[in-house]
Amino acid sequence: MDILFSSVKELVALAEETGKPISEIMIEQEMQITRRTREQVVAQMERNLEVMEEAVEKGLQGVHSTSGLTGGDAVLIQNYIKSGKSLSGDLLLDAVSKAVATNEVNAAMGMICATPTAGAAGIVPGTLFAVKDKLNPTREQMINFLFTSGAFGFVVANNASISGAAGGCQAETGSAASMAAAAIVEMAGGTPQQSAEAFSIVMKNMLGLVCDPVAGLVEVPCVKRNAMGAAKALVGADMALAGVVSVIPTDEVIEAMHRIGRAMPSALRETAKGGLAATPTGKRLEAEIFGKKAAESGVE
Amino acid sequence: MKFRSVFDIIGPVMVGPSSSHTAGAARIGRVARTLFGRRPDWAEIHLYGSFAETYKGHGTDVAIIGGLLDYDTDDDRIRTAFEEAERVGMKFEFIPEEEEPEHPNTAMLRIGDKDGEMELTGISIGGGKMEVTELNGFPLRLTGHYPALLIVHHDRPGVIAAVSNSLAREGINIAHMECGRKEKGEMALMVIEVDQIIDDGMIGLISGLDNVTQVSILAD
Repeated sequence: MDILFSSVKELVALAEETGKPISEIMIEQEMQITRRTREQVVAQMERNLEVMEEAVEKGLQGVHSTSGLTGGDAVLIQNYIKSGKSLSGDLLLDAVSKAVATNEVNAAMGMICATPTAGAAGIVPGTLFAVKDKLNPTREQMINFLFTSGAFGFVVANNASISGAAGGCQAETGSAASMAAAAIVEMAGGTPQQSAEAFSIVMKNMLGLVCDPVAGLVEVPCVKRNAMGAAKALVGADMALAGVVSVIPTDEVIEAMHRIGRAMPSALRETAKGGLAATPTGKRLEAEIFGKKAAESGVE
Repeated sequence: MKFRSVFDIIGPVMVGPSSSHTAGAARIGRVARTLFGRRPDWAEIHLYGSFAETYKGHGTDVAIIGGLLDYDTDDDRIRTAFEEAERVGMKFEFIPEEEEPEHPNTAMLRIGDKDGEMELTGISIGGGKMEVTELNGFPLRLTGHYPALLIVHHDRPGVIAAVSNSLAREGINIAHMECGRKEKGEMALMVIEVDQIIDDGMIGLISGLDNVTQVSILAD
């Protein structure tokens, strides 16, 4: 097996030496590891892109989960954008609404593409389909957005974690938002190093985020954490494109995320025993949802 | 490297809501189906840890049944897997267990029909990836870092040599290998992790060897 990079430092150095974008290096590594052709690798990613597009469209029409905890917020945000009153800006809110749309579809057992997990699946497509309207990318550039996100996620998954049970929400939505920021930079014409800076800026602001889902469901607060993850990704990308750099290098930020995750008590790592899950309302909702479900299955 | 492919990160395409509790669960069911070689008539599914606590909210139950019906993680029919199981006459039962498992997301599946039975324990390790930890009482120590061949065969001299010869001829390198059996001369199991991707031709080749009864591949 031929791994081309195992750290962000190596990834950026390789991109700079060869003059290739990060997405291209990810494609080449994938071809080597899986012994497949470029066409096969790109076609699989295009299929992922199509699934993301369909999920966003479906979510924007309004969906609701079976538990009743989530749904309909993507529509509310879109309507608000149309009212012309948005304070934080239309593009940013568009990304937020599309991230929410994806996660609402996920919560309703719809079809999504995990990026890097199902619980964090809204951020990468949410930002992609929002910046698309401003940057007018080709289909190929949109596919490359996903390879660039994947390249950074690959480093995080192998050197830290992308699992909420292992590293808290910082490992899921934190990784997703940082990956998205790096990809936005590449699509906007930034350098590989600027992608790394954007990644670091965003990840530093997701550190310590715990995984505390109400009733153990991928709904509350997951959907809204995808919303805010999308917002941070865009702001972080803009900061990096403006020339702001991270004082702490990216690989050290990733290592810090790993250490913080390991220091988290298990109550805050996807066990639904701490944080928001343990609030009076969280516990009441859990009793209502599973009380009802248990009664239903008892009839079967 | 625990994650080798970009599609471990951007992917899988799946029915929500959880990559570990839905997609990983569907894959455990589907691997059991593949190893059994046909649709079972009945399934008894024991859930442990977080699977036992939250399986209803995550659709872990429909996902496992969907897997047993040979649905992939991105098959919309997962949502209606219970109805389909009823239609084809596959009986099933879910048993949440109190016992504390080694891994938080563990499922033990006993499946069978009039011709045989099989028992498989799988764990879902995140992002939709799963590992098989036990098969018919054989503990498996698959790292999950490499593609793995699972070969059920009769316990006869020369079977292991024939399999490793076939792999060598195709330039496939063995990274890790385990062999085991229940009783002398009875059913045996060979688990081989390899460095290269195994294609259908290779599976066909090994399936055709004497005393090999079943060949399955566990890719990531």
